[in-house]
Amino acid sequence: FLGAGGGNDIQWCFSQVKGAVDDDVAEADIISTVEFNHSGELLATGDKGGRVVIFQQEQENKTQSHSRGEYNVYSTFQSHEPEFDYLKSLEIEEKINKIRWLPQKNAAQFLLSTNDKTIKLWKISERDKRPEGYNLKEEDGRYRDPTTVTTLRVPVFRPMDLMVEASPRRIFANAHTYHINSISINSDYETYLSADDLRINLWHLEITDRSFNIVDIKPANMEELTEVITAAEFHPNSCSTFVYSSSKGTIRLCDMRAAALCDRHSKLFEEPEDPSNRSFFSEIISSISDVKFSHSGRYMMTRDYLSVKIWDLNMENRPVETYQVHEYLRSKLCSLYENDCIFDKFECCWNGLDRQVEFSVIVMTGSYNNFFRMFDRNSKRDVTLEASRENNKPRTVLKPRKVCASGKRKKDEISVDSLDFNKKILHTAWHPKENIIAVATTNNLYIFQDKMN
Amino acid sequence: QDVLEKEKTIPPERAEEAKLKAKYPSLGQKPGGSDFLRKRLQKGQKYFDSGDYNMAKAKVKNKQLPSAGPDKNLVTGDHIPTPQDLPQRKSSLVTSKLAG
Repeated sequence: FLGAGGGNDIQWCFSQVKGAVDDDVAEADIISTVEFNHSGELLATGDKGGRVVIFQQEQENKTQSHSRGEYNVYSTFQSHEPEFDYLKSLEIEEKINKIRWLPQKNAAQFLLSTNDKTIKLWKISERDKRPEGYNLKEEDGRYRDPTTVTTLRVPVFRPMDLMVEASPRRIFANAHTYHINSISINSDYETYLSADDLRINLWHLEITDRSFNIVDIKPANMEELTEVITAAEFHPNSCSTFVYSSSKGTIRLCDMRAAALCDRHSKLFEEPEDPSNRSFFSEIISSISDVKFSHSGRYMMTRDYLSVKIWDLNMENRPVETYQVHEYLRSKLCSLYENDCIFDKFECCWNGLDRQVEFSVIVMTGSYNNFFRMFDRNSKRDVTLEASRENNKPRTVLKPRKVCASGKRKKDEISVDSLDFNKKILHTAWHPKENIIAVATTNNLYIFQDKMN
Repeated sequence: QDVLEKEKTIPPERAEEAKLKAKYPSLGQKPGGSDFLRKRLQKGQKYFDSGDYNMAKAKVKNKQLPSAGPDKNLVTGDHIPTPQDLPQRKSSLVTSKLAG
């Protein structure tokens, strides 16, 4: 396994866990998205209750050179509220589907957060000084009796306790008939896309009353609907290129320079299916739940129900690598269909360091029983780890887990039938520069770091 | 013993499919097709018609109004929507426990 040996293998250690300990989880507390900002200093989470919590990494402590800074609460705010569209009799959930950070341009931080219908641009700014000594007001705000004012007093800025304020700067509404599943900021840092089940729109960050439709797969007759859009992302370097994935397991790459409406893809990525293996479940488990470009933009990764696939943008007819996340579930598909777990949308992510070091490329994704998986593209080794409060001694290396698919269960293995399918890890994130990962269980956020030498 | 032998030759996915079809014989032939996708697109849809509601109220003046069935997504016409069926404005929102 990764982590079982020395050399370049990463040894993951528990660092922190955030959230309530009790097993009775309120629906609002279910974490729905996790995202590091571009420097890794900030870590944002969104939940089903429409709230955003941002953690900040504390500056490195010289006395504690063996661990990187801890993440502490920096700001928390209500991003979205529940709504009811009376015209369409539609209940709009406040659940935050995605958060995406803008790169930092000045002292303030900006992020986009979205629910099913509305995208919001939030400004998070710090205030650490305030004006004191007004001429006409007392410090508590009461106005002074003007007859007592005999000299001019000019207010000066004095330090105050740090206050972090979040304010909505733009609200991008009324552009989506269906439910938004993705937002992606363009490499031009001026525009972004939002994708729902059938359409993708292009926005300018400054303009809220206009949006361009760039993909529309809605059939004229809804009876003919065969697939929906499941995820979309802009290319990290090419500002005219984006991809979107579908419920049928295909990925389409589009170039906005080719046409105003990118209904005709430039490339179609699809792995041919073996018709003899086709079953009732084939299409459902081939549905892509997440698509992520590598930092170089040369590759993209997709997640379907049972696997992670790496695609080379130059090769459309099959992925270059396929990693099995939990193949043992293939013989449980009937019950997973009955309990709806087969529709769970797992995300995936690349390690951050591949931006600098192309020969160290690891991808990560979640599974059930609070397990998460990592695959090393170079060594082809993989590991299963668990996010659990039982393993929470700092600097103790996490023990790899193993699921016993069939036959005699060895000691320390867990059998497929003992897996808890209510404990899903759908959202994970990797620090852009360091080996620090954030793993969300249902209502807790775990932070793991590699064991520094 | 025989059943085990048979299962060895059938791919696991097909065996699971057979299990599902045995439980739900009326399951459609096109699983990824229209019906399934349209249900996904309809998430959040609630039904309330004030006309239906008032007519029903007039009809059952002396009887107790039937309340919503277990599935609140029933199309109107089959059951009478009541104000209790409508989504309530949620009470004051509290801070996330992650920030606690």
